[in-house]
Amino acid sequence: MVTNNMVEIRWHGRGGQGAKMACMLLADVAGLEGKFVQGFPEYGPERMGAPITAYNRISEQRCTIHSNIYYPDYVVVVDETLLDSVDVTGGLKEGGAIIINTPGSPQEMRIRLPGWTGKVCTIDARRISEDILGSNFPNIPMLGAVVQVSGVLDTERFLADIEESFKSKFVSKPQLIEGNMATLKKSLAEVQVG
Amino acid sequence: MSHRLSGNEAVAYAMKQINPDVIGAFPITPSTEIPEYFAQYVANGEVNTEYVAVESEHSSMSVCIAAQAAGARSVCATSSCGLALMYELLYVAASCRLPITLACVNRALSGPININHDYSDSMGGRDAGWIQIYAENNQEAYDNFIMAMPIGETPSIRLPVMTCMDGFVTSHAVENIELLETDVVRRFIGEYNPEHYLLKKENPLAVGPYDVSPYYMEHKVLQAEAMKAAKARILEVAAEFEKISGRCYGLFEEYRMEDAQLALVLMGSTAGTAKAAVDKLRENGVKAGLVKMRVFRPFPGEELARVLAGTRAVAVMDKSEGFSANGGPLFAETRSALYDLKERPYLIDIVYGLGGRDVKVEDIEKVFSRLANIALTGEIGPLYTHMGQRSKEEMA
Repeated sequence: MVTNNMVEIRWHGRGGQGAKMACMLLADVAGLEGKFVQGFPEYGPERMGAPITAYNRISEQRCTIHSNIYYPDYVVVVDETLLDSVDVTGGLKEGGAIIINTPGSPQEMRIRLPGWTGKVCTIDARRISEDILGSNFPNIPMLGAVVQVSGVLDTERFLADIEESFKSKFVSKPQLIEGNMATLKKSLAEVQVG
Repeated sequence: MSHRLSGNEAVAYAMKQINPDVIGAFPITPSTEIPEYFAQYVANGEVNTEYVAVESEHSSMSVCIAAQAAGARSVCATSSCGLALMYELLYVAASCRLPITLACVNRALSGPININHDYSDSMGGRDAGWIQIYAENNQEAYDNFIMAMPIGETPSIRLPVMTCMDGFVTSHAVENIELLETDVVRRFIGEYNPEHYLLKKENPLAVGPYDVSPYYMEHKVLQAEAMKAAKARILEVAAEFEKISGRCYGLFEEYRMEDAQLALVLMGSTAGTAKAAVDKLRENGVKAGLVKMRVFRPFPGEELARVLAGTRAVAVMDKSEGFSANGGPLFAETRSALYDLKERPYLIDIVYGLGGRDVKVEDIEKVFSRLANIALTGEIGPLYTHMGQRSKEEMA
């Protein structure tokens, strides 16, 4: 059911960047915290680098709606170059926010979002990932940024729960847990709201 | 146990809990993850299933038929063209009275080739003699798979069961789910001890021989009787399942139908979206309701007619074309079911959502607004239409 306490998030990324994985992780962690959740990708032929969309619904009651999300509260753009080719703010609610992976400032990004007057948030997810993990995995820092901006989950509890989720996800690669936790904490601290 | 799983994960987990004897495994989008997750369970030693990786769906169903005929419990999963490649074997499984369980992750059947959801694959197999049960979400996909064997394996039924879920919309969406404990599932399923099977040394059996005309018709009548009897068995199993899960299932789900004047008949995940539309309309005083068909084979025609008898206008929503030029398969069944009613509601068919065309709450509201107009004027307009396709102008 559509209720005021339902948060809807739309992810824009490119195949291979992990937007879908971040979307699924958010659903898993929010579910762990007792919320009702949906995390689902919009599938087409899967190609590395092609634009992809994924969605989250997070609510206090089970949501039976299974359509895509046309009027999101938050939009996450995992790849800045999508601003030129995808209508990322399409349907975005006025009181919501767009969160972009970019080294630029919210002011610089706003110029590229004609017609959008709501919040613009930025996070340099690529730099955070490269500094800490040594390569470009922007999805996890973007997840941190959307949790911080949306306030959909308590950040302290989010960090504790996602660490548990990482432990089961990275059973065979435990060295990834520490790095991913560090990227999350850094993005929570660095996201700029403009 | 509360978890978050996709529909595919949920069905693979149900398979793990059941621990079947044999799986005939072949990948096809969007069902691929089921044999994929199950392969991990096999590799980890969490099940002792014989995992038979084959070269086609024709072979995966053949493996299931051979295993089940030998007295083993067998499962498989497929979608779309994979189900089409099994087509001949679907009939063989059903007519040999082998209660195989197949997870069908529905996907449009070519062409043009498309990987997204509609029911054109399983609707093509609707006359094959399989019980077909459809899920709205991951929870129902899990529950239906667990209920399949107690239904199909009953000696008076002995029919294969296809549990269907919407490709991607359900199979790849992570949602909350309540899982049963494995020992509870195992007790519920019980052991598979068929009375007759190929390798029974006291009384070995030939399976699938040529059937001459003096016998063929009798066999077909028995098969038809079994399908009729399945309705009562499905309800019995649902009642037993409610005791272990607290979740209640029928042949279909009636949503706000008590005093409904305008109603939809539809299947799968769209029912969830339509429930939100019904709630909105009810808030505005519109007596809207819906019937979500859970069991399509056997088709619960009499029961459906009783529920729709009190309505004024009904839209059947078909998520497969059928190309009968007279409406989709769900419409044909529903319309036929209503024939014996003294006073019938107005009835229309809307074909929608083909190849994954999304359907929104607002789309469903428009269908209800058309029904309201029909109830008011008594004019149904065109009997059978399509919804959601772009016009020539929009395509230009």
